[in-house]
Amino acid sequence: MKLLTSPAVRVGLSISIATGLYGVSFGALSVTSGLDFWQTMALSLLLFSGGSQFAFIGVVAGGGSGVAAMSAATLLGMRNGIYGMQLNALLHPTGWRKYVAAQLTIDESTATSTGQTDPDEQLRGFWAAGIGIYVLWNLFTAVGALAGAGLGDPKQWGLDGAAVAAFLALLWPRLKGREPVAIAVACALATVLAVPFVPAGVPILIAALVAAVIGWFSHGRSDEGLEPDVDPYAEHHHGSHGHHGSHGHHGSAGPTKAGA
Amino acid sequence: MSLWIWLLLACALAYAWKLAGYFVPARLLKNPRMSRVAGTMTIGLLASLTVVNAVASGQSLAADARLGALAAAAVALVLRAPFLVVVLAGAGTAAVLRLIGWN
Repeated sequence: MKLLTSPAVRVGLSISIATGLYGVSFGALSVTSGLDFWQTMALSLLLFSGGSQFAFIGVVAGGGSGVAAMSAATLLGMRNGIYGMQLNALLHPTGWRKYVAAQLTIDESTATSTGQTDPDEQLRGFWAAGIGIYVLWNLFTAVGALAGAGLGDPKQWGLDGAAVAAFLALLWPRLKGREPVAIAVACALATVLAVPFVPAGVPILIAALVAAVIGWFSHGRSDEGLEPDVDPYAEHHHGSHGHHGSHGHHGSAGPTKAGA
Repeated sequence: MSLWIWLLLACALAYAWKLAGYFVPARLLKNPRMSRVAGTMTIGLLASLTVVNAVASGQSLAADARLGALAAAAVALVLRAPFLVVVLAGAGTAAVLRLIGWN
């Protein structure tokens, strides 16, 4: 069986379990943010991009409007378009596969694929991680949503603290080096300054604008911030380069190479 | 009802981003500014969402148990805990701080 011996498939499946599991926290937080079970499931089935899903429910939980929630989720989803361009140049999906591949295009499936050097392995890695995460993410979202609905007062369980922790954990792997930290601090400050003056949800959009302006006018790595929440190749580098060394994998398959 | 509309629109736009990547000409990819902005915006949005969820309470700022959750999550991340453990550390800390009276 070629599939079972493929290193990309094995990485893809382990990343599926790690990522799928935190669908529990999304499901639970979503229903305690005020979304119902089917709204929660619609986000995991149709939107299917962890960061954007957390952003949507995060804005709603903070009292923001539906427009602000949609805007934050959409701005955060822009990077999936960049991943799509990379994967299209790498895997050349055709016909209906293009439309399915698009839905499965997220941080983790992209990182699993671009971390491989052999074209066949890149293909297997993408589909293994993409399908695996999709199935488990939705399954565990449902589990979390059902469990969250029975919790009663979410504050008593510290679920608002869980949301804070989730966003920090999504941000953390992207803070490699001085520049991303500076961007994060600038945007955090802009947010705090904006909170008292504009409606809930809007400070997040102001921070996005600040970040976009920094990105547009400054020169730096073109793949800054484009890292998976769970790094598929972190384990392989453990000991030799430590966690940070794993970035080379993803960076080396960045936009410049994919465009060639 | 109106939340459903914005939610489904967000889903449609998320798919539109993804699909656009597969259909735009490859030469657009050579413009590094596009991916720069996508990347810096990802960092900025996540930083902002972290802060909003930690200290914003409607249109005012508050220092409550959520700050403890933020600190606990940071410690867990420094110790390289997996995502779910980080989230549980945040929830547990906020819950305990409330139990001992810091709302």
